[in-house]
Amino acid sequence: MDEMSTNIYLPHLMVIEKITNEAPGVKTFRLKFKDEQEGEAFQFKAGQFGEYSAFGEGESTFCIASSPTRKGYIECTFRQAGRVTTGLSKLEEGNTIGFRGPFGNTFPMEEWKGKNILFVAGGIALPPMRCVIWNALDTRENFKNITIVYGAKSVNDLVYKEELKEWDERPDVNLITTVDPGGETPDWKGKVGFVPSVLEAVAPDSENTIAVVCGPPIMIKFTFPVLEKLGFKDENIYTTLENRMKCGVGKCGRCNVGKLYVCKDGPVFTKAQLNDLPPEY
Amino acid sequence: MMENLHISKRGLEKWLTQMIEADMHVFGPVHTSEKVDFQRLTSSEEVATDYVQTTQSVKRFAFPKAEVLFSYQKNGKETTLEEPDLKQIPETVLWKVRPCDVAGFAPLSGIFNWDYTDKFYNARREKLILISFSCTTCDEACFCTSVHGGPGNTAGSDIQITELPDGSVLVEVLTEKGSSIVKRFVTESEPAGEWVKENYLADVPVRFNREELHQKLATAFDSSVWKEQSERCLGCGVCAFVCPTCACFDIQEDAKGSSGRRIRCWDSCGFSLFTLHTSGHNPRTTQSARWRQRILHKFSYMPDRLNQTGCTGCGRCSRACPVDMNILEHLTSIANHG
Repeated sequence: MDEMSTNIYLPHLMVIEKITNEAPGVKTFRLKFKDEQEGEAFQFKAGQFGEYSAFGEGESTFCIASSPTRKGYIECTFRQAGRVTTGLSKLEEGNTIGFRGPFGNTFPMEEWKGKNILFVAGGIALPPMRCVIWNALDTRENFKNITIVYGAKSVNDLVYKEELKEWDERPDVNLITTVDPGGETPDWKGKVGFVPSVLEAVAPDSENTIAVVCGPPIMIKFTFPVLEKLGFKDENIYTTLENRMKCGVGKCGRCNVGKLYVCKDGPVFTKAQLNDLPPEY
Repeated sequence: MMENLHISKRGLEKWLTQMIEADMHVFGPVHTSEKVDFQRLTSSEEVATDYVQTTQSVKRFAFPKAEVLFSYQKNGKETTLEEPDLKQIPETVLWKVRPCDVAGFAPLSGIFNWDYTDKFYNARREKLILISFSCTTCDEACFCTSVHGGPGNTAGSDIQITELPDGSVLVEVLTEKGSSIVKRFVTESEPAGEWVKENYLADVPVRFNREELHQKLATAFDSSVWKEQSERCLGCGVCAFVCPTCACFDIQEDAKGSSGRRIRCWDSCGFSLFTLHTSGHNPRTTQSARWRQRILHKFSYMPDRLNQTGCTGCGRCSRACPVDMNILEHLTSIANHG
């Protein structure tokens, strides 16, 4: 199909190959293109997102949570929160959903070669970062130290529990997990405390280091000053914005912040770029 | 092309009648209760005369209030999708469009094509034949001349008609599309000769300088004017719905049992739900932030990004606003005082 005849609102049909229950209300779908040719032609990079359809309910925006180094499928992780995610939650393996994408810009991982990477994530914001983490781990020789600071409300709310175990056991990853005070269980071996203060205590070296931060607005707000204190420059701090979107292709107007569209110019921004934007995200 | 014709009142009526009788889809302004709005014409007598501007713009002919993007059918674990057949969209003549409405298609085309191309908008836009009538009257809400338009602006029109005092008209044939319409349907005409169109146009004073406004807006984000100007805004969204350039939309599901349609429908940045996240977080929590977005998007972000201004000076938003939020007054105040 030539570009003029492409319906940019028509989803690809995807089959749910595997469903993983990650945490209360949080699921991961492994998705495969129904049309093999579409699947083979599909390419994306870390940081990009898609519009996922539960037919009969509508579309929701999530990042692609799997790494582009893992071929043949994509994964998304979502929390049941509204109409569409409730519709998705009711689906079973083998069911069909819709996917439009990949949309948006990417983390410039090529530019990060030879550097340390610090990942800071809170709650359901680990999925956008999981794509980057696996991408980095699958091309491990390109990067120096990899540190992950991840926190959730409670032990039960931590997502990707199996992968956390795997990262914890790897000698080439420094994983620090934490839960909010009161969220710990008797056998919890991680930290107890909020992400920003745990990060401050861990105090990773900012020299030659890229920081990637994803989390709820309140976590981001208190994490940025800690990074600044640790000596991180604004242009070395990356985050993804999660403005409400409908079209994903720079038309519906919803994610417009200043003269930028989060869906087209983002979702990946450096803190230096955010400094120049009106605070409407 | 670019020929100018003079046509009698009778000749003009005949032209329109012949298009209608040829079963073309011809839409024109028609009086309906207290409003004048575009409707499919069934006779030349229906065309409204005594009015300045229709209540609704003509953007719906390229960007309908609601349109189907695809339909789906679920069958057990399988789902099939079907696209609407855009080839069915008929050629449509818009008769007696105002130049400010024609001007609205340029920013709309900018939004729908600046990156990804939107085939729904393009398919409809390509089928439009725009026969504009220049403005011989205006009202206090009009400000086309402040946004680089004008009562006789021909940009975007296929044909422009100027009504002369004796009821005859001056016809400017501007494009191939216009030329083929004239060849097919105009039977009585003469070369235009020495008519000076400008003598018959409305006098729309320039109220502010668009570039000056653009400069002021670049640093106006934190200004107190947004709160002052929007104090009485109800957030009803009528300004966006009557606007010839507002293109923000929502995508909704119209589901019936195991089948349904995905529909795009008009939306507005003035609505409090427009930017609301599922988590409850809202980047624009106040009406003043939403009013600011409306103005900055049209007069700052769109010029910067698309090289288009999101306003044609048609004045509809001011006429339609239930609490008299007058965009012209507000823009003039920002441009002149900052």
